[in-house]
Amino acid sequence: MSRQKLLASRNYGIPYSFPMGIWFSLFFLLPIGIIITYSFMKKGLHGGVLWQPTLDAYAQMLNPSYGRLFIRTLQVTFISTVLSIAIALPCGYAMARSKMQTLLLFLIIIPFWTNSLIRINAWIAILGNEGFINETLRKIGLIHESLPLLYNQSAVILVLVYMYLPYAILPIFTAMDKFDFSLLEAARDLGATKPQSMFKVLLPNVRSGIVTAIIFTFIPIFGAYTVPLLVGGKDSYMIGNIVVDQVTKVRNWPLASAFSMIITVVSTAGVLWMMGTSAREAARSKAALGKQDGAL
Amino acid sequence: MKGCDISIEGVSKSFGTFNALEDATITINKGEFFSLLGPSGCGKTTLLRIIAGFETPDSGIVTFDGKNIIGIDPNKRQSNTVFQNYALFPHLSVYENVAFPLRIRKVDNKTINKKVMEYIHLVQLDAHVYKKPNQLSGGQKQRVAIARALINEPSVLLLDEPLSALDAKLRSNLLVELDAIHDQIGITFIYVTHDQSEALSVSDRIAVMNQGKVLQIGTPFEIYESPATEFVAKFIGETNLFDSRVVECVPYKNDEFMVTLDVPELGKQIKVTDYDETKQGQQVSFTVRPEKVRITLEEPQSNNKEINVFKGIVEEPVYSGFQSKLYVKLDNGTELKVFKQHQNYLEDGPEISWKDTVYVSWSANDGYIVEVINQ
Repeated sequence: MSRQKLLASRNYGIPYSFPMGIWFSLFFLLPIGIIITYSFMKKGLHGGVLWQPTLDAYAQMLNPSYGRLFIRTLQVTFISTVLSIAIALPCGYAMARSKMQTLLLFLIIIPFWTNSLIRINAWIAILGNEGFINETLRKIGLIHESLPLLYNQSAVILVLVYMYLPYAILPIFTAMDKFDFSLLEAARDLGATKPQSMFKVLLPNVRSGIVTAIIFTFIPIFGAYTVPLLVGGKDSYMIGNIVVDQVTKVRNWPLASAFSMIITVVSTAGVLWMMGTSAREAARSKAALGKQDGAL
Repeated sequence: MKGCDISIEGVSKSFGTFNALEDATITINKGEFFSLLGPSGCGKTTLLRIIAGFETPDSGIVTFDGKNIIGIDPNKRQSNTVFQNYALFPHLSVYENVAFPLRIRKVDNKTINKKVMEYIHLVQLDAHVYKKPNQLSGGQKQRVAIARALINEPSVLLLDEPLSALDAKLRSNLLVELDAIHDQIGITFIYVTHDQSEALSVSDRIAVMNQGKVLQIGTPFEIYESPATEFVAKFIGETNLFDSRVVECVPYKNDEFMVTLDVPELGKQIKVTDYDETKQGQQVSFTVRPEKVRITLEEPQSNNKEINVFKGIVEEPVYSGFQSKLYVKLDNGTELKVFKQHQNYLEDGPEISWKDTVYVSWSANDGYIVEVINQ
């Protein structure tokens, strides 16, 4: 074995990953461990936990009203994620084909310069009863009573999509930017209509970008709490809000931890499922190849 | 025959202020292997893209078997394209790439399997059916692209510099195969290339283009032996070109004329035969191909007035195996390019080498008046 092969065969990269390992343990594994532990403890009187193992927190979660809240959170998250991706796909496509890529990227990043709370409050100023839209519509005489644009489910979804759209656009743009657009011409030449060339050639080739975009939007939206708190109504509470309430108001830390666990588990399951689809796809095509090989 | 007649009539196209194509008119016959030849930027690819439907001309029409196809979407045309960069779908296997046009047409699986295997066999890729494009070599990729373009049984196959990304040996092999495929399926091929040797070796006819204009359309023989313009003469093969003035033009045998030209660069008058009559005093461009010039150490003993003889010194011999390229500096300083074939092993008499005094000669038949320059 040559010296070079020997060097390559040992994985010399591992020792260099220790800063990542420390960071990962300190700020990810440890907190998750604490939360898991807390969720199995007895509630302390004024917050905190008593060190007595119990399943109380999980029993409390079985309350049907929490079940409805869980379903609603999933619904809102699902709709917001789908909308974000649906908007991000044409945006990413246009950016990848544009000659002003740098400018467009810059425009996507600009909102991050402003604190998210300020941006949410800006939406309140736009959608409120005395807000920009209602005032404008009143001025041109289209309405007399204010439209109830704020403090409902739609407002939550609108603002969530607004907040997380950049996280969907960026990975999709990156994937589209690497795509060879002459393939669309080839598809058209071979008989595909415009939509067919998009669905059969473009989308499969930017798949990884779409998966990343879904992960980047689904997870933070599922755990969102400021948006439903500020622009949502009574029926817009999401799991994130319950967690905050349980910690700050009710001071039931084990229940808050148990809800956190739900968010973590659902998010992780989502990510694993998304990554699994790619792996399953690969396995399926491999199996198909094997079968056809046998038939030859 | 399965191909179709193509007629390109007065097609022009400009991009901004750049005129990519100016009034191109070409008629291509059913089943022909037709090449569009020219340097990059000459408009050949633009013309191909217009035929394929990716560009719309500013004016003019293109017809397939007499039917105007301008305005018809590329997916509804009877043409398929082989792209320069292959344009294979990276997410699909060789099999699925070739099957793509059939899947779009919702052909049943059994027929797909039969046809895909047939076309994969045609391009000799049977061993690579289930590989992904990134596992193939350049030549294999291009074969997939050819199979994929042919499986829809188009009337016209458009090839956009299909071999330019391959190395020389592979290029000539694939070219021979392409020619064989053309003979086998008999559809019209339109082949875009900047490589004159590719075009000469496979085409039935060639259109030479430069700066958006079609300069000459003809068989490879016509294009090489009787170039219509100076550009064609220089672009196809190598040549010696001189500005000259007609001194005399008299009828000669058959229906030819014997023309005496005054060539300032050569320092004396030369004889050349031509089918067209020229007037005394007319400015013309004269050419003689390097391989048609004989080079000898002794002065050719001939009283034949139809042989043009010049004395010079070998400036730079370039040996390239089957032939030597010699740059001969004539007495008046003009350089003449001469090719000497090595037909026998060291039997052509003493070897001509650097700084030898030599005689170069060519018969009036071998020279050619390229273009009458109107002033």
